[in-house]
Amino acid sequence: MDTLVARYTRPAFQNEGYSSADDQQAAQDLAPLSLSLNFALPPIASTASWLRAMTDDHSNPNCPIKIAHGTTTLAFRFKGGIIVATDSRATAGNWIASQTVKKVIEINSHLLGTMAGGAADCQYWLAYLGMQCRLHELRHKRRISVAAASKILANLVYSYKGMGLSMGTMCAGVTPTEGPALYYIDSDGTRLSGNLFCVGSGQTFAYGVLDAEYSYDMEDEVALELGRRSILAATHRDAYSGGFINLYHVKEEGWVKHGFNDTAPMQVALILLLAHDCSADFHCSFWETKLTKGEFSNVSAKLEETSGRV
Amino acid sequence: MYVAHLTIPIRTLTTETREVLLGITCKDCTIIVASKAAMRGASILKVNDDKTRKLNKNTLMAFVGEPGDTVQFAEYIQANIQLYSMRNSSDLSPREVSSFVRSELAKSLRSRSPYTVNLLLGGYNPILSRPELYWIDYLASCAPVPYAAHGYAQYYCLSILDKHHHAGISFEEGMGILRMCTDELKRRLPVDFKGVLVKVVDKEGIRVEDYVDEKPVYAP
Repeated sequence: MDTLVARYTRPAFQNEGYSSADDQQAAQDLAPLSLSLNFALPPIASTASWLRAMTDDHSNPNCPIKIAHGTTTLAFRFKGGIIVATDSRATAGNWIASQTVKKVIEINSHLLGTMAGGAADCQYWLAYLGMQCRLHELRHKRRISVAAASKILANLVYSYKGMGLSMGTMCAGVTPTEGPALYYIDSDGTRLSGNLFCVGSGQTFAYGVLDAEYSYDMEDEVALELGRRSILAATHRDAYSGGFINLYHVKEEGWVKHGFNDTAPMQVALILLLAHDCSADFHCSFWETKLTKGEFSNVSAKLEETSGRV
Repeated sequence: MYVAHLTIPIRTLTTETREVLLGITCKDCTIIVASKAAMRGASILKVNDDKTRKLNKNTLMAFVGEPGDTVQFAEYIQANIQLYSMRNSSDLSPREVSSFVRSELAKSLRSRSPYTVNLLLGGYNPILSRPELYWIDYLASCAPVPYAAHGYAQYYCLSILDKHHHAGISFEEGMGILRMCTDELKRRLPVDFKGVLVKVVDKEGIRVEDYVDEKPVYAP
């Protein structure tokens, strides 16, 4: 009852200066948005535990809402800037909902965000972050720093802590004040700066390949190849990652996109298998990596063989 | 191959997931690696535990899983394989051993108290002159593989092995890949597994390989 009363009462001074209730409403509509939006919540005592009960696929496979989860995203800093790479699969339970998701959101020409966790949460709040960053730019006549942008998102998700948001994101960008900067933000409210992060269900596989050969002093080409190979490793081993590899390179002049490349194109696999010719530019496929470099030695390339070795 | 079993939700093994088991085949040997810590609950009880048993001259079994079950099962298998060698004056090949182990696990799985043990069976076949490695889990799946892992090591090391392992690598290359794997585990696993014991199976038999692992590794 007290909360209801609190919602509909306001101090008397707030009514001063308006000739009619309409004026007052208009002023309210034009006022700048507060950081935390006020959403209508379902009429339930504990929304957080209700949401958990409705969406917990693990304890109740018949739960009515299945949140789209499962991803591999990575970003790392090196001398040439920042590499950002993601897969493109969206899953809801065991169902592959899409193979062509864009998990990198282009906040502005120098700032990128990555999405892992609940697809809707990430898409909505990163779009919201993009809006806040643009507003900052308009208000202050210069681009927002990566530290500030990541803090907007961190404070925002922290204000919804315990209400069931699910997101693991990275903000990567280059600004004149900070140089190349990389931040990890998740829905617990954690915000970390660092050189290298992998986020999502395939993170361990990506970490495995990335850590083994990571060095800050890599050349651009080596760094791009390591980024895409780490995602390929995760799409190979993690059932909830797959589709295409989305590669970005963030530099001082802004970010550059390096394609949206299929990890297992069927026609390429056939061409390669029949001709063993890898001159074609099918840069990112699993089969290209296997057949030209001899990696993935536990997978057989022969059609008649059913298991790796006997 | 009994791959169908793999889709059954696997019971959480609290100790198994904190233990490390790795296997790598090279051109003429198999490397078997096991973490040295024996853990119970919140404590490390022993820092030089040997989670392997020699089954015959050229077959070695490494195990992780439910405390108690592991050593009981391994020594039961060891005794039976040794008995076979004595009775027949000849050793079973690693493939034949794997078949026996799998059938024993399959029987156990359908009993009132199944063994909760995950295994790697590494060996060298002296007749065919080739290394062999079998990945076996407590649901009695058995698969011949060029490299393998159990526990959390699977999540970190399989992607490294996918990239760096090639058919017919030398022993030195195999140890190089192993170094990448242990460095990654030291870097990212939240528990200290007290280093690893490395054993090598080749045509001469089974030997312990010295493995210096004192250099600290930090996440970049």
